[in-house]
Amino acid sequence: MRRVYLDRIAATPLLPEVREAMAPYLGEAFGNPQSLHSAGRRALEAVEAAREDVAALVGAKAPEIYFTASGTEANNFAIKGLALGQQARGRHIVVSAIEHSSVLNSVKALERQGFTATLVPVDGAGRVDPADVAKALTPETTLVSVMAANSEVGTIEPIAAIAAAAKPRGVLVHTDAVAAAGSVPLDVQALGVDALSLAGDQFYGPKGGAALFVRKGVRILPLVDGGIQEGGRRGGTENVPAIVGLGRAARLAARDMEARRAALVPLRDRLLEELPRRIEHVLVTGSRTDRLPHHASFCIEFVEGEAMLLSLDMQGVAASSGSACTSKALKASHVLLAMGLDHATAQGSLVFSLVDAAGSEDVDALLEVFPPIVDRLRRMSPLYTEHLKKRGS
Amino acid sequence: MYSDKVMDHFANPRNVGVLTDADGVGQVGNPVCGDMMTFYIKVDGDRLADVKFQTFGCGAAIAVSSMVSEMAKGKTLAEARAITNESVAEELGGLPKNKMHCSNLGADALHEAIKNFEDKRAGRAPAAKPDASPHDHEGEACACPYCDTALEDKGKTFCKACHVEFEECPACGGLTKKGDARCIACGAPLGKAS
Repeated sequence: MRRVYLDRIAATPLLPEVREAMAPYLGEAFGNPQSLHSAGRRALEAVEAAREDVAALVGAKAPEIYFTASGTEANNFAIKGLALGQQARGRHIVVSAIEHSSVLNSVKALERQGFTATLVPVDGAGRVDPADVAKALTPETTLVSVMAANSEVGTIEPIAAIAAAAKPRGVLVHTDAVAAAGSVPLDVQALGVDALSLAGDQFYGPKGGAALFVRKGVRILPLVDGGIQEGGRRGGTENVPAIVGLGRAARLAARDMEARRAALVPLRDRLLEELPRRIEHVLVTGSRTDRLPHHASFCIEFVEGEAMLLSLDMQGVAASSGSACTSKALKASHVLLAMGLDHATAQGSLVFSLVDAAGSEDVDALLEVFPPIVDRLRRMSPLYTEHLKKRGS
Repeated sequence: MYSDKVMDHFANPRNVGVLTDADGVGQVGNPVCGDMMTFYIKVDGDRLADVKFQTFGCGAAIAVSSMVSEMAKGKTLAEARAITNESVAEELGGLPKNKMHCSNLGADALHEAIKNFEDKRAGRAPAAKPDASPHDHEGEACACPYCDTALEDKGKTFCKACHVEFEECPACGGLTKKGDARCIACGAPLGKAS
């Protein structure tokens, strides 16, 4: 059976060049970067070279990059560390309604400590209006956090305009760029952000290699107290192989970004156009114009996401969904609900995200196997029967 | 994640369809938690001569419906009433823990259909159908707001995973830790627990 991998938002394969760069640090180069001897120095040099590569990917300076173990940790570090670092000035935070759970739950944790927060709504395409962010600011606000792109609907947010609205009020701006970094150009100077989260496992680096950019001079409290690693802002012995892998993946992403984008966009657009043409009652979710180059997302009406994923997997196709049933919590996607979709429609959420190795034959394969799957599940669905009855009368 | 038996019933569900001349129809669930099931029965004397179903939902929900239809077909009404959600899950070789609440409703739907048949036979007006619209559950939590673990259907007053006892917000129906001053979902003030 032909295997078609369309779940880049869950994981990307490690590039062979990344694996090769990491290999020595899983072998003979096992030193601790904090050691004075040559084994330690070799590891330290590798970590600092990776810091340069990650900084270059987002237009930052190397000392402004702090390595973390995941995008989730970077987001926790940013939200909690920045909010607590500024709490003498105020205790109000502004975030969008469609942030990743690592941002939303960090905010909830701060609310339990007496902080207040405002959730800014999004429009039907999942886009945050910078004017809404400006309206949400109060004299107590110290931090705004809006994601650079949403992994569930692919929409790229107007971060520069949001930062421009917040900066004159003396408010720090963080962006969760885990879904965007390595796939679209990001420059912390042009965006005007004070902090930015990214994770290498979204652009062909290893799991466990992620980072937070914090602008020089911005006060942030550590999340992990410990030794002097990462300038005393993130304790714990460095995960050298993962950091090296992240660095190499960042260097390759910066070099190949335009070529990758140019190859992916036609495939993405074919999916976005063909799927609603071949299947009735399919909505494209997210923005058509400001969209991640690898991302095609839909709601398939009258059927549920997990049932589609299981059926696709039986045909060798890997995808993902924001339906309640695919989340362990059994809650419909907060992103789709915030965009104004009803629960039943949100249950039909499906995301196809392309890795760079994907070709038109992968899209062809999907377009061939998917319509019969939807047809089979609709014939089982009481919602579809109801719809046919209404249409018939 | 799913047993082979669940996957078999999902891939090849038995008795899918609609009985246009059904003697009883039962519907449970709503799209908020993900699953909706409709059962149709045809009764001959005291036996279920035919059982058909339609399900909107995940793999577990479809497998459960299929299994219920297979277990019920040809049985007496009393035997069919003795089928429980638990016995269906057992027959399927078990279900993931978080699927037990929302997806495992097949026996309930069958019982609704039998009740509908008996009401009709006795000349009673069928009991008002439970409203299956999404708004029925609006604001009602299926998961712990602190750790996102699915809550069991009975009570929804306590999260086993993070050991938090909840209070329901009178304004939005959201759950907040008992004793907290404000609802974490909508910010409305909460009365102190008496």
